[in-house]
Amino acid sequence: MDSAAQRFSAVGAGAALELRGVTRLFGALAALTDVTITVRPGERRAVLGSNGAGKTTLFNCVTGDFPPSSGTIRFFGEDITHFPPYERIRRGLRRTYQISALFPGLTVRDNVYLACRGVSRGRFSPLRPGANDALMHAAEALIQAVHLSPVREQRVAELAHGQQRQLEIALALAGAPRFILFDEPAAGLSPTERRELIEILTSLPAHIGYIIIEHDMDVALRVVESVTMMHNGRVFKEGLPHEIEADPEVQELYLGAGHE
Amino acid sequence: MSLLQGAHQETSQAARARAALLAWPEFNKPAVWLVAAILLIMPFIASGFFLIEIFATTLILGTIALSLMFLAGYGGMVSLMQLTIAGFAAYMVAVFGMSANTNISLGWPWWLATPMALVLATIFGTLGGALAVRTEGIYTIMITLAIGAAFYYFTNQNWPIFGGHTGINTIATPKFWGVDWRSDIPYYYVTLGVAAFCYFAVQYVSRAPFGLALQGVRDNPRRMAALGFNVNAHRVAAYAFASFIAALGGVLQVWNYRQISPGSVSVGACIDILIIAVVGGITRPIGPFIGAFIFVILRTFALDLLVKFGLDGNRFRLLIGLGFLAIVFWSSDGVIGLWERWRRRATATDKRPGGGHGHG
Repeated sequence: MDSAAQRFSAVGAGAALELRGVTRLFGALAALTDVTITVRPGERRAVLGSNGAGKTTLFNCVTGDFPPSSGTIRFFGEDITHFPPYERIRRGLRRTYQISALFPGLTVRDNVYLACRGVSRGRFSPLRPGANDALMHAAEALIQAVHLSPVREQRVAELAHGQQRQLEIALALAGAPRFILFDEPAAGLSPTERRELIEILTSLPAHIGYIIIEHDMDVALRVVESVTMMHNGRVFKEGLPHEIEADPEVQELYLGAGHE
Repeated sequence: MSLLQGAHQETSQAARARAALLAWPEFNKPAVWLVAAILLIMPFIASGFFLIEIFATTLILGTIALSLMFLAGYGGMVSLMQLTIAGFAAYMVAVFGMSANTNISLGWPWWLATPMALVLATIFGTLGGALAVRTEGIYTIMITLAIGAAFYYFTNQNWPIFGGHTGINTIATPKFWGVDWRSDIPYYYVTLGVAAFCYFAVQYVSRAPFGLALQGVRDNPRRMAALGFNVNAHRVAAYAFASFIAALGGVLQVWNYRQISPGSVSVGACIDILIIAVVGGITRPIGPFIGAFIFVILRTFALDLLVKFGLDGNRFRLLIGLGFLAIVFWSSDGVIGLWERWRRRATATDKRPGGGHGHG
């Protein structure tokens, strides 16, 4: 039987992402306490938890936006705990931000082109890309994948919220991602846009795993195979979606308390 | 809805046209050709005084301010040491080349002294930049201002290399192929050539990965790191590029005045470069040149104008200051911003629908 205990205690060298005892302090406040999580390659997991549960801090520690105070983080077996963010990204890690972190002064195409350029050589190239530049084509394909072709020449500052969220995802898909962290990608999206988002997530190649932070259970549980429930900076529970959904403690915490 | 689709169609058409001109879209504008033609035939129109005191000086100050525009406009880094870098290059031309101060100058020919000066000034600016990129916003301004001020006082007090407060005089300028390149017309063309080279280099790089990434760093450094970019390395590289441009401006300047002294690298002169860039506008490479032209015109003629009105001619800086205030008050993007706003209003009333985003 594929029990949750078996699945999640398995600490394999083959893990895509492995956090061991990760703690992050902000002064005296512990945003994360002794978090240990293992995610297999290609696994898709949701991280649930109320505001302040430490979900985004978890992402920030993994991507290196700020490093953990203690603990180790391994990415496909490699210890990346002390790597600067760009080194992690170049190894195939990607993330999106809860509040869109885009380049408002540049066009959609330039935004996506930068994302493609960031994970390939020639970041310092002083030569303009030609009409047949491979990365330009890659950027174009990504723009189409997130349905932004009609606005590709527009400055990002002029885009609607939903379009910005889609661009946010396009930036995380550039190059050859191996593992992606989605921070509330559905925040502020219309029902139609949500459906498009689910479609994008479910149509990702099977080898790309991800962790998604999502308050909307309908979205979250449709696009993942496992769930980690966090509370007060700790891992509270791990399991299959239906186990977590049915768990009385989780229900009390998540649906009863908080979540306006 | 149909209006929306029309707009989309138009943008995709414009996109195709733009893609065709991706490499050099700038040459697609008649205004560029017109300005280029006027500048090229200038020696046949203008007197020697205008040629050097107005136009060559504008091009030199514009080039130095262009290096600030590159850092501030694309990189979001306001560096007050760009004139210091130019001054450093000027001093190096004097130190390695020939001058009346034979105890200082090493007497190298210009074709050795000039590259040496450019390389050393670029290294100097890059090191300063490496210090400055650890800070943001107002602290970048402070650290680069501190470097500028330190250099000024250093040159004032150092006699063996920088010639103390009297500086270095009667610096030799290039003469070859039977041409004295410091005589008015050849010198004007040298200045124009260097300024045009720097202008197009900045314009070109702004659409290349290096320049685009720099604009990304300006907009959102954290996201740039999360896309795989080493943000600080990118900033330092931007300082190196800008330093080289400033150094070119410095070499031109020392050939112009044939002397260099601490007065040329004073804190006031550093701030003049900031004023030039801001008055012209720091979003486009043309801005600094427009700013420099206004600055030079005011500096040259405000004195006479003030005297004519019975005021103290030395108050010409007051006029510059008032102009600076007025422009910054009405447009956060200098003269370019005013002009663009005016043009946008003109096109908006011209053809109402679909004229929304005529940017770039």
